[in-house]
Amino acid sequence: MKSKTDLMADLYKETDTDPHELQDPEVAHLVIEGNKVLGMQGVPGFHVDVRELEDGVDIKVKLDEGTKLRKPVHLCFGLYSDTGVQRIIMNVDIGKNSQISLLAHCVFPFAIDVQHIMDAKIRIGDGARYSYFERHIHSPKGGVKVYPKAVVEIGKKAHFKTEFELLKGRVGLIDIDYETICEDDGIVDMTARISGRDDDIIKVKETANLKGENARGLLTSKIAVRDRARAEVYNKMTATGAYARGHVDCKEIVQDDGVAVAIPIVEVHHAKAHITHEAAIGSVDSRQLETLMSRGLSEDDAVELIINGMLSE
Amino acid sequence: MGVLEAKNLKLQLNGKAILNNLSINFWDGHIHAVVGPNGAGKSSLAAAIMGLSGYRGFEGEVIFEGRSIKEMTIDERARAGITLAWQEPARFEGLTIKEFIKASAKDKSDEAIVNVLKQVGIDPVEHMKRAVDKTLSGGERKKVELASILALKPKVAILDEPDSGIDIESIERIFDAVRILKEGGTTVIMITHSLAVLDHAEHAFLMCDGQVVDQGGIGKIRKYFEGKCLTCDHKNLPLQEIGGQK
Ligand SMILES: Nc1ncnc2c1ncn2[C@@H]1O[C@H](COP(=O)(O)OP(=O)(O)O)[C@@H](O)[C@H]1O
Ligand SMILES: [Mg+2]
Repeated sequence: MKSKTDLMADLYKETDTDPHELQDPEVAHLVIEGNKVLGMQGVPGFHVDVRELEDGVDIKVKLDEGTKLRKPVHLCFGLYSDTGVQRIIMNVDIGKNSQISLLAHCVFPFAIDVQHIMDAKIRIGDGARYSYFERHIHSPKGGVKVYPKAVVEIGKKAHFKTEFELLKGRVGLIDIDYETICEDDGIVDMTARISGRDDDIIKVKETANLKGENARGLLTSKIAVRDRARAEVYNKMTATGAYARGHVDCKEIVQDDGVAVAIPIVEVHHAKAHITHEAAIGSVDSRQLETLMSRGLSEDDAVELIINGMLSE
Repeated sequence: MGVLEAKNLKLQLNGKAILNNLSINFWDGHIHAVVGPNGAGKSSLAAAIMGLSGYRGFEGEVIFEGRSIKEMTIDERARAGITLAWQEPARFEGLTIKEFIKASAKDKSDEAIVNVLKQVGIDPVEHMKRAVDKTLSGGERKKVELASILALKPKVAILDEPDSGIDIESIERIFDAVRILKEGGTTVIMITHSLAVLDHAEHAFLMCDGQVVDQGGIGKIRKYFEGKCLTCDHKNLPLQEIGGQK
């Protein structure tokens, strides 16, 4: 049996981040493998409480009013074995006028049959800023099913930003379901960047309800599918507040027998609100492809470069 | 000696003859100009030489360094030594200028990339991390395209309308880059309907109606423009339609 610290180091090594960062006393962190806490550190004003469940953990996070964390909080959720379930229940309470950025790595490097279920409730107090960057590392076999689900309440003048990205390995199944509601002058900004192949399945469902006056929203999806992979993007933005403004942007590149579906829904309930949407689905642009090929890149290398560019945009 | 030669090219698109039994022979190491009015078929000739989709179904031959390249894919032609800078360069969302140039560069070091950007008059500090997307002006994209060709060091570079979208102040940088290419041993083919570009060539071909109707020194080909193409019996187009002033 590996020691906790060894397991933590192994898990962390997969993320290509510097493990020394976790030793920085100013960096709060939480590392969970399966349903075990491998490492945990709070910082003043930031409190974490973890309860073990049979198949995961129940986490309570609280950031005190007015606390501004300079350094990002590191979260790492993983399963080192090839089979199993990890359920994460998260309750996050962000105090008024505070500020926090979280970098979450979700690591399933050897998965053959793994499920990762995240169920988060996030309340962002008035004037607070909350950023959540979720980076996934999956096995090359595609044996991961991830179900990230979040309900986010964004207070007045609060700012919620999240980015979901698959860094390494195959998708398997990713089924994102984020629901946000935004009060006066609040901002929601959600991005997903995922590239699927073989028989991967990508589902993205992001909802933004711009309820408050002058609330603003941006939903961005950048997806690529090749082989027989399938992607479905359902983005919905509703504006009920006066002067609420938003944009839904979906770009999907389809290669081989991949299938991409985009269903943007925009709904405006106030004559002074304004929402736009743009969806572009298609193969790699032939002009881009031929330009790179005329510089000597093979077709495959050219496609890869174009897709990586599109995903990183 | 000819490095690149097209023989009896016939290309039809949508039932319309675009290249009419065109033959052309580019000598090694020269700066050539292919001039002619809009619609003469200059870009189509470039596309046929590069093997772009839609322009592959022609009759005739394209010979590079003594062998036919007709059956080669675009990247095979590029690796053999031919490249093309588009009249309207593509945009690449999310791809940085550095990544774009690095993709084609022989020398992939940062210094080499900085160097080619300076050669086309683009500030590397400001631009390396910017994307080759709609935030660049048309002229900037043309320069980035040219920088990537400087980094590629091809045997033959076809530059389609190298001055289009370039402001007067930086046009000399384009010609500097052309000279650098030549000094590095590249045969340069500039496709143009501008007299300014023609004047920077060493030899020119006049195209009209999908054919090469004359070739020779710059002075001689220039006369066609000055004489409003009067000696060309294919089309008597007025000066403003074929001349350099836009
Ligand atoms: N893909 C195409 N399909 C149909 N016609 C085309 C196509 N490409 C070019 N043409 C026609 O061929 C002629 C030559 O075009 P082009 O090669 O672009 O000329 P130039 O570059 O000399 O201005 C024009 O009449 C143009 O409309
Ligand atoms: Mg043209």
